[in-house]
Amino acid sequence: MPRPGFVLDVDRSTPPIVFHHGEGFRLEKLPAGRSRVLYPGEPLAALDDADAAIRHALDHPLGDSEPLRALLRPGMKLTICFDDISLPLPPMRRPDVRQRVIEAVLDQAAAAGVDDVHIIAALALHRRMTEDELRHAVGNRVYDAFAPDGLLYNHDAEDTDNMAFLGTTPHGEEVEINKRAAESDLIVYVNINLVSMDGGHKSTATGLASYRSLRHHHNVQTMLDSRSFMDRHASELHRSNWRMGKVLKDAGIKVFQIETTLNNDTFGTSGPMSVLQKREWEWNARDRATFLTMKAGLDRMPLKARRAVFQAWKAPYGVTSVQAGEIEAVHEVTTQNVFAQQLVEVQEQTDVLTMGLPYISPYNVNSVMNPILVACLGLGYFFNMYRGAPLVRQGGVVIMGHPTTWEFHPVHHPSYIDFFEQVLADTTDPKEIEARYEKQFAEDEWYRHLYRTSYAYHGVHPFYMWYWACHGMAHAGKVIVVGGETRSVRRLGFSSASTLQDALEMAEDVVGRQPTITHLHNPPLVMADVKVATA
Amino acid sequence: MKALVFSRKPARYAAAMVAGALRPGKGARFGPLTLRDVDPPEPPNAAASAGSNNNDDWVRVRPRLSGICGSDLATIDGKSSRYFEPIVSFPFTPGHEVVGELDDSSRVVVVPVLNCAVRGIDPPCDMCAMGRINVCERTAFGCLEPGLQAGFCESTGGGWSTSMIAHRSQLVPIPDDLSDEAAVLVEPTACAVHAARHFGDSEVAVIGAGALGLLTIAALSYFDEIAPGRLVATAKHPDQRFWAKELGADVVCAPGELDRVVRTLSGSMVLDNGQLSCGFDAVIDCVGSEDSLAQALRIVAPGGTIHMVGMPGVTTVDLTPLWYREVQLRGVYAYDHHDEHGDDFATAIELVRDKDLGRLVSALYPLARYEDAIEHAANAGVRGAVKIAFDLRDERERKR
Repeated sequence: MPRPGFVLDVDRSTPPIVFHHGEGFRLEKLPAGRSRVLYPGEPLAALDDADAAIRHALDHPLGDSEPLRALLRPGMKLTICFDDISLPLPPMRRPDVRQRVIEAVLDQAAAAGVDDVHIIAALALHRRMTEDELRHAVGNRVYDAFAPDGLLYNHDAEDTDNMAFLGTTPHGEEVEINKRAAESDLIVYVNINLVSMDGGHKSTATGLASYRSLRHHHNVQTMLDSRSFMDRHASELHRSNWRMGKVLKDAGIKVFQIETTLNNDTFGTSGPMSVLQKREWEWNARDRATFLTMKAGLDRMPLKARRAVFQAWKAPYGVTSVQAGEIEAVHEVTTQNVFAQQLVEVQEQTDVLTMGLPYISPYNVNSVMNPILVACLGLGYFFNMYRGAPLVRQGGVVIMGHPTTWEFHPVHHPSYIDFFEQVLADTTDPKEIEARYEKQFAEDEWYRHLYRTSYAYHGVHPFYMWYWACHGMAHAGKVIVVGGETRSVRRLGFSSASTLQDALEMAEDVVGRQPTITHLHNPPLVMADVKVATA
Repeated sequence: MKALVFSRKPARYAAAMVAGALRPGKGARFGPLTLRDVDPPEPPNAAASAGSNNNDDWVRVRPRLSGICGSDLATIDGKSSRYFEPIVSFPFTPGHEVVGELDDSSRVVVVPVLNCAVRGIDPPCDMCAMGRINVCERTAFGCLEPGLQAGFCESTGGGWSTSMIAHRSQLVPIPDDLSDEAAVLVEPTACAVHAARHFGDSEVAVIGAGALGLLTIAALSYFDEIAPGRLVATAKHPDQRFWAKELGADVVCAPGELDRVVRTLSGSMVLDNGQLSCGFDAVIDCVGSEDSLAQALRIVAPGGTIHMVGMPGVTTVDLTPLWYREVQLRGVYAYDHHDEHGDDFATAIELVRDKDLGRLVSALYPLARYEDAIEHAANAGVRGAVKIAFDLRDERERKR
C-alpha cells in the first residue's frame, strides 16, 4: 500500500534534504524547529492491464456520450489529437500511454470502416515535434502507417488557411481551432493529465488553437485571477477555456475526450535515480552511497554530458486511470485521480517557500532549461501547485535553487533569447511587457517562419512563460535564486545567493527573524492543499 | 616650455606597437612619446604664405585642458595607418581637443583642422571654398609643415603642452557659463554633430559607446530626427550602458546582441549564416575595427548607409554585402565650418550645454603623469571612464 504524501516537521535529527538543482543536486540542511518538508505521495498502484482499462473506458464513456465505437461510421472524418512533447515530464518509457490509447482508438476505427483519419499533435504554440519524438509518443506502428501519407502531423497555429474561426464567448473571446479538427465529424482527444491544470476543455480549446484565440486567456490578468491555475474551480484560465469549450460545442464540434493519469513513479525503484523517490531519513547506507556517488559523478561531468544523461531519462510511470467520454464528466474524474496521487493537506502558509528546480520543464524536453523557463517552472508551475491558498504567505519569500545559466537552445527558443536580452533588459513588469512587446513578438515574421518550418516555440511563447510566473511574482515579497548565475538571476529581476543559508539570511530582511520555512519536495510531483485558519 | 613630443623613431614605434598590442596605452611608456622641455612654437613665416596670412593672424594659446582622443591613442600604440605619414610632421606635440586661454585671458576652443585659410593658401582649394574644411586638399602645403590637424603638425604644437599657436580662424570663443571640462568636449562633440546630421526619420544603430559613440548618441538624440524608439546603441561596459541611455539611446545592448536587436526591430528574417534579410537604414560605426565594420555590414539594410565615424585602420572585411545590397560606406571625419545646417562647433557648444556633457570628463592628469593618463584613456571603458584629459592649468611653465 503506497504511503500518501505528508508534511515532515524538521528537527535536529532530520538529515539534509535533497534539492534538485538543474542537472544536479544539492543537499541542504533546513533549520530545525521552524522548517517543514512537503513530501509527495509514493506512486499509486498502476493499472494491472492498461490496455484493457483503455478499451473499457472507450466502451463505457462518462457523461453524456455514447461509446466510441457507436460514434464511428464509414465515410466519417475522424481526427485524433494528442498532447505534445510537453507531457509527461520526464517523458515516459515506451510504450507511451498515448500510443496505447491511439492504437485502441484506431483499432475501433478500422473495425468501423473509418478510413479518413488524421492524427494531430495538439501543440498550440509549442515547438513542432521531431520524428523521433512523434514516434515515441504514438509508437512506430502508428507513425509508419500515417506520417508518410501526411496524415500524422503537428498542429500549425500560423497556417491561417487551415484554422477555423468558430465564434466568440460572451466575454468576447475569439475561438479559433485547427480546421481539420473543426470540420471532422469527431475529434478524439488523447490526453495525459500529469497535473491538474491539464485536460478538460483546455485540451482542444488551447491545444488546437491559434494566437488569436490563446491571447484571451494566456495573459497577465488571467494569470493573476487564477488562484491557482492548478485548481480548475479557482482558475480564470480554466473558466475561459470552459467558455471556449461551450462555443466549440455550440458550433457542433464533437469531442470524445480520453484522459489518462500517471502515478508518481518518476525515478523508478531500481538504479541510482531511484534514491530520489525515497525520503532522506529512510535512506540506508547503500542509498546514501548511491546518491553521493551519483552527485560526485555529475558534479565532475561537463554540463553537456550531464544534460544528455538527464534528458535521456525516461520515467517508468504507471498508468493509474483512463477516463473517456464527455469532456467535463471525464475531467472531473481525472482531476480527482490526479489529486489522489499529488494532493497533500498542509496547515497554514509559510514565511519562506523553498524549492529545488530540476533539469526539466514542459518546454525544454530535449532542450536547454533557459533562465525564463527557470522562472516559469519555479514561480509558475511549482508556486501554483496549491489549492486553497499559496504555500507561502503574501509578501513572503520564495527561494529557488537552479544554476540558471545564461544559455538558450538556439533552435527551440529563438524568441526567448530576444525576450531575455531585449525585453527583460528593459523591464520585468509583466503588464508593461504585455502592453509594449507582446504584439511585436507574436506577429514577428521570422518567429512565425521558425515556428512553422523549424522546431522553434512561437515568438510569443516566452511572454506566456513570464505571465505564468506573474501570480508568484506579485505574491512574493522577494524571490531568491540559490546557486544561479548572478547576471541571469538579476536579469530576471530576482536576487542571487550562493548558498541556502545566505538566501535565508536575505529572506529575513523581508519576513523577519526566525521565519517559518516550507520546502516543496518536488519532483516527484506534490500539490499542497493549504488550509488556512480563519481569524 | 613643457610638452609631450612624439618623434619619428622607428625602433621605439615598433616597441610601442608591441606594448600597445599587449596592453592598450602601454605605447606611451615604450614608444616615441616623451615629456620634454622644448621651445614654444612660433608663428609661421609670412613670406611662405602666398596669400593673406601674416603673423598678426596667429595667436598663442595656453591650453587649460586637452583631451585624449582615440586617434591619439592609436598613434601612441602604433596602430595608426601609414596613410597619415605624408600629412603628419615630426616631431609633433599631440592634442587637438583643446580649451585654452589667449593672452587677453579669454577662453577659446581650437578648431584643429589645418585648412587652406590656416595655411595661408589663397585661393583656397575647392573643398575649403565650400566650407568643407575637414577635407581640405592642401593639408601638406602652405606656410605650415604637413599636418591634418594641430596635434599632428610640428609647426603649431599641440594641446599636450603649455603653449601652442593657432590661427585666428581656428578660434571659437567659449561662453563664460561653460566650464573647462565642458569646453574640452566641444571639439569631439563637433565631430559627433557632423556625424549625426542628415539622418531624418530613420532607424540608427550606433556601434561603440566610447567617448565618440556616446557623443554621437547625444547628437542624434539632440537633433531629434530619429524614428521614435529606433536609436539603438551597443555598449560593452556598465557605465557605457548608463551613459548611452542617459544621452538618448532608446535601446542599449551588448555588442553581441546587436544583430538580434536589429533583427527584432526591423522584423528581419535570418539566413543560415546569420545574415539579416533587411536591417537598419543607417549604422554608425564609432569603433572602426574589423569586427565593427563586419557587424555594420551584417545589420545595415539593403540600400542603407554605414557611417564610419571611428577611425579605422588597415582592415580585412568581406565587402560582398556592400556590393550585393548596394550599401553605401560613408567616411565621417571632423566637422564642417560652414555647413548648410550651420556651423558644427556652434551646434556642439549648444549640445554640450544642453546635455551637460562636461559630466563625461572622468579624470584629469598633469603632463608629468602622461603614462597613467594614456593608459587610463586606453582602458576607459573597462575602468568606467569616458573622457580623460590633461589638466594644464597648474603647470608652472604655463605662467611664464
